[in-house]
Amino acid sequence: MDEFETKKYDVVVVGAGGAGLRAAIAAADYGSKVALVTKSLLGKAHTVMAEGGIAAALGNVDKRDNWKVHFRDTIRGSKNLANWEMAKIHAEKAPERVKELEKWGAVFDRSEEGKISQRNFGGHRYPRLAHVGDRTGLEIIRTLQDYAVHKENIDVFMEFTVTTLLKSKNTVSGVLAYNRSSGNFKVFESGAVILATGGIGKAYRVTSNSWEYTGDGHALAHLAGADLIDMEFVQFHPTGMVWPPSVKGTLVTEGVRGEGGILINSEGKRFMFDYIPEVFAAETAKTEEEADAWLKGEEGAMRPPELLTRDVVARAIMAEVKEGRGSPHGGAFLDIASRQPADYIQRKLPSMYHQFKELATLDITKEPMEVGPTTHYMMGGIKVEAGTAASTVGGLYAAGEAAAGMHGANRLGGNSLSDLLVFGKIAGQSASNYAQKNAHTSPHGDEIKRGIDDALKPFEDGTENPYAIHEELQEVMEAHAGIVRTGEGLEKGIQKLEKIRKKLPNLHAKGDRKYNPGWHLCLDLNNMIITSLALANAALERKESRGAHTRLDYPNYDDDLGKVNMIIRPSPEGLSVIKSPLSKMPDDLNDYVLQEAI
Amino acid sequence: MKRKIRLQRGSQDNLRLEEFEVEVEPGMVVLDAIHRIQATEAPDLAVRWNCKAGKCGSCSAEINGSPKLTCMTRLSDYPDDDTLTVQPMKTFPIIKDLVTDVSWNYEVNKKITPYQHTETDGDPIMFQKEVDRVQEFRKCIECFLCQDVCHVLRSHDMKQEFAGPRFMIRNAGLEMHPLDQGNRLDNIRNEDGIGLCNITKCCTFVCPENIEITDNAIIPLKERVVDEYYDPLKWIWNKLTG
Repeated sequence: MDEFETKKYDVVVVGAGGAGLRAAIAAADYGSKVALVTKSLLGKAHTVMAEGGIAAALGNVDKRDNWKVHFRDTIRGSKNLANWEMAKIHAEKAPERVKELEKWGAVFDRSEEGKISQRNFGGHRYPRLAHVGDRTGLEIIRTLQDYAVHKENIDVFMEFTVTTLLKSKNTVSGVLAYNRSSGNFKVFESGAVILATGGIGKAYRVTSNSWEYTGDGHALAHLAGADLIDMEFVQFHPTGMVWPPSVKGTLVTEGVRGEGGILINSEGKRFMFDYIPEVFAAETAKTEEEADAWLKGEEGAMRPPELLTRDVVARAIMAEVKEGRGSPHGGAFLDIASRQPADYIQRKLPSMYHQFKELATLDITKEPMEVGPTTHYMMGGIKVEAGTAASTVGGLYAAGEAAAGMHGANRLGGNSLSDLLVFGKIAGQSASNYAQKNAHTSPHGDEIKRGIDDALKPFEDGTENPYAIHEELQEVMEAHAGIVRTGEGLEKGIQKLEKIRKKLPNLHAKGDRKYNPGWHLCLDLNNMIITSLALANAALERKESRGAHTRLDYPNYDDDLGKVNMIIRPSPEGLSVIKSPLSKMPDDLNDYVLQEAI
Repeated sequence: MKRKIRLQRGSQDNLRLEEFEVEVEPGMVVLDAIHRIQATEAPDLAVRWNCKAGKCGSCSAEINGSPKLTCMTRLSDYPDDDTLTVQPMKTFPIIKDLVTDVSWNYEVNKKITPYQHTETDGDPIMFQKEVDRVQEFRKCIECFLCQDVCHVLRSHDMKQEFAGPRFMIRNAGLEMHPLDQGNRLDNIRNEDGIGLCNITKCCTFVCPENIEITDNAIIPLKERVVDEYYDPLKWIWNKLTG
């Protein structure tokens, strides 16, 4: 058998984005020795790309804001499918987590009074997003990174990829990982494991996600027997770049609309007024005059329709394109140039200015951008307990995008960064307690051997090119499980995915084990196929349209399905989809959420 | 249209340049060309990248000898018949192909005295004007191109003596933070070796975030160090700068 090293820890955190870093800090604070294992270099995780801000009801800009309004917005945005306990904990704790970052050295943009400034964003009733221009994620990851590296009981393992979650007696006992640089294996033995591996966006062709987003945590948890939920809900961000082709999908922050940007079709019409759902009608401007009053900051003004939730805006752009009113490259125009002075745009949206200037030769202070939907965020993931972030497997925890429940059928912009911190901390604390209270069993040698043999299989005599298979998978997901779906399309998609799955044992990695992206992709494809199948099967089962999940054959809400989450559970046939009732929200909170306008 | 691109391949013992021909589409950046080569001809070609939008600083390399982010450098910036040469950053040890071992930077960061917060009654109050300059330094995406181009590190390999521009701006961001209580001047002078910088501004020229590393971070830090230690250089400095 291949040689490997073993290191022992109390807690292993897989992933070093916002959730992983915050979890590692918490676990260390609660007395655990922590290994932080990350696929990339420290500080490069997807959190770095978050732009617009972090949602927290600080009430610095509008004093009417409080946790309850944030909670209401989150539930309404989730189309009533979020786990209300998670949404409540999140709304209550987010301000504390943001203020804590400030004490750790983060420098947010300031309000007139010298406090943390907050900006408007889709689905948030009041200006709520603490931000740093349009590079909020960078500020957050760097603050956490610089704080974590000074903690003595956190060891960071950069460019290590976890391939197997090890279990003994039905509880986790560590992970098996390979070092990208050398291709050598390492076993991290531990009493608890936290999965903070992010999302699945690389299963799609048009995506704002990086190479890392291959559903590793989702697949590791599934293979270890843990439940996944809400896998049918993938957020397509309404505004990705559409031109030139090489940057198709690159994110354009919602902050553009938060700062007053408007969406226009090829006929010059501001079309979002035509797409206001009933549930948000009482709080949304109906005319340009009303919307402009909001931009001027008039008291009691209603929010412009461009700031409706992401699912609504993405579908509206799709509909305009389909009706033949799209921009030249199949999107819509996003105009900030005519709405704000050039120096303001450059100050508040510097990286957007830079991005369009460098990559599209377009000056956003002078011309409108062309934008269209791009795969952005996975609402679905590992089912966790609200108060502890514990999965359904002993010793296994999850936080951030890899976990699910917090966002239901649609996530509000800004609620991800706060989710990372709130539930990262909870996961770290709970995992630490678990590891210290429970006797820990070492992983079995044969399980490790099997893991290593599986990982090295692509070096044997396979023939399939992993890059070609990846492209095939992306085409299937784009065509059959994209922004609009049908039962027939999903069924066909599942058949095609099954065919792809059969090819995976025949993948071939050319070259040796040293920093070999072709080999890494062979292994990542195993995770992508598991998550893609889970996604498509859950989507097939949800015979309604809700939030980010749109079924052309079932275009409306189904009240019964609105009361259940789809659980994906491993079964002898691969996986099964189980309907699981939502836990009931207390009446007082429910009444508050249902109020038409506040 | 096709264009030629030469990539440095291999590890320390078998370095070589390999030439490829790539089909080019409108708007393509150098990283796209590298990915196309990877997907078709060289599946084991090592390249580091993440965001592909100039926000993470992973894909640093030297294009025709100039340090750049490959995700933000368009092929159309170079004449069509020019064969581009892409090599890894020279200042750091090569792992394989375009990937270098940048772990030294992370070790330097660990030695910097972290932020030390001033406790306040109620929420901390800082005004935008006071934090503008700190925010400039905090734009850094840790691409390490400034470290790569700095001749103290690149030509003289003084990694034990000099922390490099990246960590001068990290220090500056902490030292100029209105609510930080740490004192780093002794470290900046001794461990981080700020005196070794002779202000050639190479770091500033390559910074993809356009941070004024030399003027806004290194020079003010040099001044603070000089003021703190009553260095005789202060006299000359004042003469020179008036």
